[in-house]
Amino acid sequence: MDLFDILLEPLSYDFMVRAIITTALAAIVCAVLSCWLVLIGWSLMGDAVSHAVLPGVVLAYIVGAPFALGALVFALIAVTLIGVVRNTSRVKEDAAIGIVFTSLFALGLVLISVTPSQTDLNHIIFGNLLGVSIPDLIQVLVLGVVAFTILILKRRDLTLYAFDPTHAHAIGLSPKRLGALLLGLLALTSVVALQTVGVVLVVAMLIIPGATAYLLTDRFSRMLVIAPAISAVCSIAGIYLSYYLDTASGAMVVLTQGAAFAAVYLFSPRQGLIGTGLAKARRKKAVVLAA
Amino acid sequence: MSNPAILVENVTVHYGDVLALDAASLSLEAARICGLVGMNGSGKSTLFKAIMGMIKPDAGRVLINGEPPAKARKAGGIGYVPQSEDVDWQFPLSVRDVVMMGRYGHQGFTRRASKADRAAVDLALDRVELSEFAGRQIGQLSGGQKKRAFVARGIAQGATMMLLDEPFAGVDKRSEATITRLLKELASDGCTILISTHDLHALPQLCDEAVLLMRKVLMHGPPEVVLQPEHLAMAFGLDVLNRDLPDSDLPDSDLPDWGFTDHAVSNPQGRS
Repeated sequence: MDLFDILLEPLSYDFMVRAIITTALAAIVCAVLSCWLVLIGWSLMGDAVSHAVLPGVVLAYIVGAPFALGALVFALIAVTLIGVVRNTSRVKEDAAIGIVFTSLFALGLVLISVTPSQTDLNHIIFGNLLGVSIPDLIQVLVLGVVAFTILILKRRDLTLYAFDPTHAHAIGLSPKRLGALLLGLLALTSVVALQTVGVVLVVAMLIIPGATAYLLTDRFSRMLVIAPAISAVCSIAGIYLSYYLDTASGAMVVLTQGAAFAAVYLFSPRQGLIGTGLAKARRKKAVVLAA
Repeated sequence: MSNPAILVENVTVHYGDVLALDAASLSLEAARICGLVGMNGSGKSTLFKAIMGMIKPDAGRVLINGEPPAKARKAGGIGYVPQSEDVDWQFPLSVRDVVMMGRYGHQGFTRRASKADRAAVDLALDRVELSEFAGRQIGQLSGGQKKRAFVARGIAQGATMMLLDEPFAGVDKRSEATITRLLKELASDGCTILISTHDLHALPQLCDEAVLLMRKVLMHGPPEVVLQPEHLAMAFGLDVLNRDLPDSDLPDSDLPDWGFTDHAVSNPQGRS
């Protein structure tokens, strides 16, 4: 079997084709968003929101509403609760986030346990890449394209918000509104990624690509290209690996992204551990030689 | 126009139970350079935020050229140069990217840069003598260049008023002179400049007037008067008088930088 066959064989199954399209799409949208999340320092917020949407998704399933609607509502509830707990008690923000998102996540699990037809909903938690139906695919496609388009059109404002919200305010923009926009997109994107890797691992796709790209460039505009490219390649590679190694597909996607980050962390020319270590050693040697 | 460029009237601000500003009043004419002096926690940053309209005062009002701050913000009149510790210097942006952010208020929905925007950015970079560093990541500038990059952002913006938070912190003597010259040029072009600082060295050469702040405006006048030790003592605490002060041929002798940070009134917002 040559490389061509290795790449083509899984594509003979419709479910694999759907899995690859869904994953690539989710990977790209999440990766674009992750560029801002890692720079603002919202990784924990990403974790929180992506978990906290679970009860919203379950309730939406029960009443037959779009998942995205339920997710947005609960993302809003989560962020509001975190703000309230932080501002009105002596509890610090990280603790507030931890309390709110785990409680909401648990609420989601309880709702799942009392809802008939549990199999479907359990897939929300761990993802069900190989069971993506056509309607699932369409939903991911629509939400993904909407989130992606807004992110790209408003990228300069969002970057300004991430870099210097005071200046944003000084020139008449509203940092509050931009922050809310980013949180809303975070909720939307979480729904996109649920299908692929599940609630538990969404946060990986929301952090790893941006962090990886950040180690490779010092231009934000390039991060916005590098992150989705790496993320898409890793995700598709992850699916192929899971196909041939017969492992859990969502987890394999995340593992591949983690491996890519590790490689960049070690070998990135400018920021990599080994690259900078060698440069240091060279400088030391030069000093010794000069002396 | 008879309206002052900046008018702060009896502004009171609380953070929870902490009183940050207590009926502070200040009136500043256009094209003046004013130094805002006070120790950490004296309300300098709070006053800035009130002038920019970032916090609503519990009492009193702020007018910019006789209008509410929101109007001045929309018009792009307010330039802001943050203090160094408020900036993420690792942020992946070039000097040009940062200066271009000054243009966002003049641009459309997606902030796409027009020819005019690029020209304004080039001009601003040239004016602060950073053209050759335009492509550098912002963290790779020296302390003084970093400050100038943000001043360039205000110039590109077309700001008629600039607020600078501790512009001389972490800046060497030569850059300090460059920044001083630059700010004087801007003022002579009609830009009103308000500088918050607890470093008193640079003030007499730079400022037309100085304000002594300790939650309220204790004094407002020519820098050589305001910076006299007995006046400073009001803002910095009486123990100043017991310290070794330079012989009092002020303002020509260099005043020591009295690191008052350790008695700072805690700032409940975390950032000063």
